[in-house]
Amino acid sequence: MAEHRPSTSIEAVESGLAAQGYIASRQIATAVYLSQAIDKPILVEGPAGVGKTELAKAIAAWRGQKMIRLQCYEGLDEAKALYEWKYAKQLLYTQILKDKLGEVLGGAATLHAALEQLHDFGDVFFSKEFVEPRPLLQALEQPAGCVLLVDEIDKSDAEFESLLLEILSDFQVTIPELGTVSAITPPTVILTSNSERDLGDALKRRCLHLHIGFPEQKLEERIVESRVPGISQTLRRQMVGFINEIRTLDLKKLPSVSETIDWARVLVLLQASELDHQIVKDTLNVLLKYESDIEAALPQVTTFVAKAIRQNVFG
Amino acid sequence: MRENLHRFFRAARGAGVHVSPAESIDAMRAVGQVGVSDRGILRDTLLLTLAKTQNEKRALADCFDLFFSQPEPPKDTSERNRTQDSDETASYEVPALAPAAGSSQSTDGLGPLAQLLLSQNRNAIAAATANAASAASLSDIRYSTQRGIFSSRILEAMGIQRLRDDLDELTATNPALAERLTALLEGLRESVRETVSQGLVLYGREEAENLRNEILRNAPLARIEPRQVEQMRFLIRQIARRLRERYSKPRKRQRRGHLDVRRTLRRNAAWGGVPFLTAWKRKHRDRPKIVALCDVSGSVARVSDFFLLLIHSLHEVVDDVRSFAFSGNLIEVSDILESKSPEEAMKDIMSKVGFGSSDYGSSFADFEKEWMSTLTPQTTVIVLGDARSNNLDPRADILRRISERSKRLVWLNPESRMTWGFGDSEMTRYATFCSVIRQCATAQQLERAVSDIVATYQ
Repeated sequence: MAEHRPSTSIEAVESGLAAQGYIASRQIATAVYLSQAIDKPILVEGPAGVGKTELAKAIAAWRGQKMIRLQCYEGLDEAKALYEWKYAKQLLYTQILKDKLGEVLGGAATLHAALEQLHDFGDVFFSKEFVEPRPLLQALEQPAGCVLLVDEIDKSDAEFESLLLEILSDFQVTIPELGTVSAITPPTVILTSNSERDLGDALKRRCLHLHIGFPEQKLEERIVESRVPGISQTLRRQMVGFINEIRTLDLKKLPSVSETIDWARVLVLLQASELDHQIVKDTLNVLLKYESDIEAALPQVTTFVAKAIRQNVFG
Repeated sequence: MRENLHRFFRAARGAGVHVSPAESIDAMRAVGQVGVSDRGILRDTLLLTLAKTQNEKRALADCFDLFFSQPEPPKDTSERNRTQDSDETASYEVPALAPAAGSSQSTDGLGPLAQLLLSQNRNAIAAATANAASAASLSDIRYSTQRGIFSSRILEAMGIQRLRDDLDELTATNPALAERLTALLEGLRESVRETVSQGLVLYGREEAENLRNEILRNAPLARIEPRQVEQMRFLIRQIARRLRERYSKPRKRQRRGHLDVRRTLRRNAAWGGVPFLTAWKRKHRDRPKIVALCDVSGSVARVSDFFLLLIHSLHEVVDDVRSFAFSGNLIEVSDILESKSPEEAMKDIMSKVGFGSSDYGSSFADFEKEWMSTLTPQTTVIVLGDARSNNLDPRADILRRISERSKRLVWLNPESRMTWGFGDSEMTRYATFCSVIRQCATAQQLERAVSDIVATYQ
């Protein structure tokens, strides 16, 4: 039956990403599958460090495609994102071709005729040769398709969003001098946002909206297992339990998955076999990035460690 | 299935998720890809394609659960049942022909609804109810007052008329069966009522909310009931969001005609300084600087409360707000409002200056003594109060000086215009120094007043 296929292809996505070391929840896998199936970009939102950028890398590695990354920042414009004319090259070529130009125009009797001849000649300088493709145009020109990552779109200006609309909906860009360039193979587009500002509705409408939050405990354990293979099962469970407790506190910046992985690496490096409050206190600065957060968390450490260990015994 | 999805989109709109036609097309295509066999995947798919914020996702998830907990119309059920291949399917697809064994005698000659009820096939009854509900276009329900009419429409569509005739007949011929049927009918009514209530929750939420908000927007702020305060705060936050969206647009405007030499040279460096592209000087628009003086005595306190909440939620639009509260004397409250939740902040302010009898004269004097220097020619000063100074010296001269130092002086008065200048109201005396005077008693008037103030800076 046709209806059985989707769930298996979603599982295929899940295992494919897992092979690249990215443990995806089913919702993420569904989004990746759908973006392929109906040719839609994915807009990924969520707190910093939950693996938004990592997702794009994993997809690219899994499909064996090139990943093209466009990091957004305030003031990013067309010339840096889409294409630019190679002015220096144009200038250089006109200098070199000066004599040739003289030859071409020399034969003309009147100014009008010279202009006519120059018209035939002039478009040479505004041809593909002199276009410097920037990430967005590069992505459209990949014959084998690619994964285009537009990172931290919320950092760019509102005008840049509008620039993206044509690419996102039709996979094409318009260069006034050359005409419209369509994608050879539609790229898989991933946009990430930390919700620093609200994105426009027009942009959101064109995308699948995926929110990645902090993972559930089980999932996070699997992520740690895949990223830090050297860690023992007991320690893994305890540390993930501890981090989940920390996340219930009211902190400026909650520890996310990337911090969990860093911490796991640190614990392995320190050859800890079990969580105890001394080692946690010593390494708390890996998890928490603000002095005030560390101060807020310190008094709770002992209780949280005890809780995490107890949970481990019964769970 | 298509019909079902359309109904779901309507329910989603009812839950406050904005589903545009383009998004519903996307969702249709996506569902076409993943199919409907796995409810979890279907749910994820709809969440991905329709909801575009975290809040919308939550609302839509609730809506999904509610929607699919309803008995589904039979087409769908039959599809699922066919795959399950249970015994029930047979009795369900031809319910009238296979009544339960105990009641098989003397049901001939009864109407279809009576037979259906007597068969006691729950699936079939639920399916019939759902069918009748869509025939009565339950998805058009908007207000809770419509529940009665929709219930009776559904029952009619199910053929209750015939059932009543049957009952009349049976009471004479077979009273025992009639009694059973009456009990069953009661049960049916109950379940129809439930279906309608569920429909109201699904489809009517948005409309009901709009109506309630509309009423609330025009209710005088000073006299709203305590239970409405929370809703009012929500409404004020909505207003703040709207104002933010409207006025937080880029504040650069190109001024044609004035060449920006520096930027032009830099931009044309690639052509060896030959100015192919020109850059023009831009004009920066000021962001509003606001100084708000709010009366927090007795009757005006609540209006001040909402006003302060509104002004302080306009961070993106307004550069700098300093708020002062007064009744007998005046203090600065900006820090309290920034650091605490609205409820706590207001309580704190009230304990410091609230509930006194108002003295505009000495409050203005306090302001002049300590904070007069905060006023610049870009500042808009807003005074919110009823100007009832208990016959004390109004010190209109200070107000004149405030007005001279600032860009604009706006007075918002929660009392109706009729009463200005009567009794101990000093409004007419103050009015000469104000750029704008507005009545400001309801949320709607509040929104207009603040919107006007911000717009003068655009």
